Amino acid sequence: MTEVIGREKSFLSTLREDRWWISPMLVLFGLLSFIVYSTWAAWQGEYFWWSGALNAEGFGGYLSPFYSPTFFLDITKEGIPPISHALFGEWPNWLWWLPGHSPAWLILIFPLSFRFTCYYYRKAYYRAFTFSPPACAVGGIPQKDYKGETGVLLFQNIHRYAMYFAIVFIFLLSYDAVMAFFRDGEFGVGVGSIILLINPILLGGYTFGCHSLRHLIGGRMDCFSCSHSAEHSHSRWKIVTYLNRRHQMFAWCSLVWVGLSDVYVRLVSMGVITDLNTWV
Amino acid sequence: MGNRKFKIYRGDNTKGELVDYNCDVTEGMVVLDAMHRIQADDANDMACRWNCKAGKCGSCSVEINGRPKLACMTRMNEYSPDETIMITPLKAFPIIKDTVTDVSWNYKQNLKIKPFSPAQNKNNTEKGLVMQQVDVERTQHFRKCIECYLCQNVCHVIRDQDAKEKFVGPRFMIRLASLEMHPMDDADRIPAIKEDHGSGMCNITRCCTEVCPEDIQITDDGIIPLKERVVDRYFDPVTMLYRKLFKK
Ligand code: SF4
Ligand code: SF4
Ligand code: FES
Ligand code: FES
Repeated sequence: MTEVIGREKSFLSTLREDRWWISPMLVLFGLLSFIVYSTWAAWQGEYFWWSGALNAEGFGGYLSPFYSPTFFLDITKEGIPPISHALFGEWPNWLWWLPGHSPAWLILIFPLSFRFTCYYYRKAYYRAFTFSPPACAVGGIPQKDYKGETGVLLFQNIHRYAMYFAIVFIFLLSYDAVMAFFRDGEFGVGVGSIILLINPILLGGYTFGCHSLRHLIGGRMDCFSCSHSAEHSHSRWKIVTYLNRRHQMFAWCSLVWVGLSDVYVRLVSMGVITDLNTWV
Repeated sequence: MGNRKFKIYRGDNTKGELVDYNCDVTEGMVVLDAMHRIQADDANDMACRWNCKAGKCGSCSVEINGRPKLACMTRMNEYSPDETIMITPLKAFPIIKDTVTDVSWNYKQNLKIKPFSPAQNKNNTEKGLVMQQVDVERTQHFRKCIECYLCQNVCHVIRDQDAKEKFVGPRFMIRLASLEMHPMDDADRIPAIKEDHGSGMCNITRCCTEVCPEDIQITDDGIIPLKERVVDRYFDPVTMLYRKLFKK
């Protein structure tokens, strides 16, 4: 007789013979692609706006969601919104060091911290990036003193604060969606308007299905029938629960759509593709 | 369905091997049926734990082709005819004999949990507190648990990281959740959930939910809500201040 079978605790040890590695590989590939593209896109600092002509003026236009809200604008760049669109005006000297003089860096922390601390993405990257564990019943990297989320990962508990900012962003991006239906003050519809309209809808589906929101809005209560306000909380909790059940789907759809929105605005702004619309 | 190949772990906690068996499988058989047939025909001394054969007692938990499952709820036709079916004991618990493991560690975890402590002074009607359907529904699905311990077995904290001392495991996290969310219960288990029961050890990778034969949303409806309650108490300055001010 040999020693006990299938009990060794080593990295990737498993008796599974199915293709358990497909799902973590897809997650790894998906998230890495997004990280690479969004870093590149943020680095550009130009071609993130289109309103019928390069650097067009007037109310309305397509703004890439990576660049919203725009704090400062370096007016020497191509494909940027009118300076009135920058919340704090021209690019300040003290930010000379930011790559590409790109206002995208200044807001990156909000969506990044939100998604990074999201309970769904945590699962995804704990499996695909840190292999703890890579898949169910597949050995993770054995640690002497495993701490889970009690050690360095304690910061994940800020998630609800990241969520508050994420809700603000839904409003900002909804404003951008409305703006995408105007060009120099005139109402119209283009492919870009539709793309930028779907964006906050998907982000809303994602954000309003957040586990922290589900807790704060009603989940923290023990009794849903004990008062009128508790009954209202229960109704809200049910809506968040509906979205929460689809949280993973919305997490991916909204991520892909944000990326696609940037690609679209960028290509139109660079003149690579032409936006089909009712204005011309 | 024909003659099928099996490999079944035979041995104990110190030594053992995978033994090859063949078994004639007929329409509608589950893996437990095949184990019984092998036991009857070729291996009279093979240990095999079961009780209800209906997915309700939680006794027949094993690992089939490396995946934690109930042998009585796993149909033979889930596997292709040429596939060898490997049956091994739960990895996270000591083997008693063959595919039977000693799951008593789990009962000890259960004893650590402060039991249901009903308060008399809570009201939602003039008759006092009456359990309403909305409140029943929320914790009811935790009660579907059949204590098969597949979730405890697959949880990497228990299975791979040897942290049995620091984490009660998913089955008991949902027991804690059902008590904490009970409208009538008055006990405060949040400090214990954080420290003794180890809510922070779980990294919400959801394997418990994936294997649960009762489809209990262990992570989403049990563990994460408890983690959020721990945040309220220990990490969110606003809710902490609120608690201080209103002594809640
Ligand atoms: S979600 Fe948590 S409790 Fe469930 S298996 Fe993963 S680490 Fe264990
Ligand atoms: S929660 Fe599910 S997997 Fe865990 S012991 Fe109960 S029934 Fe089994
Ligand atoms: S849990 Fe995913 S956004 Fe909050
Ligand atoms: S024998 Fe009872 S659950 Fe399988």
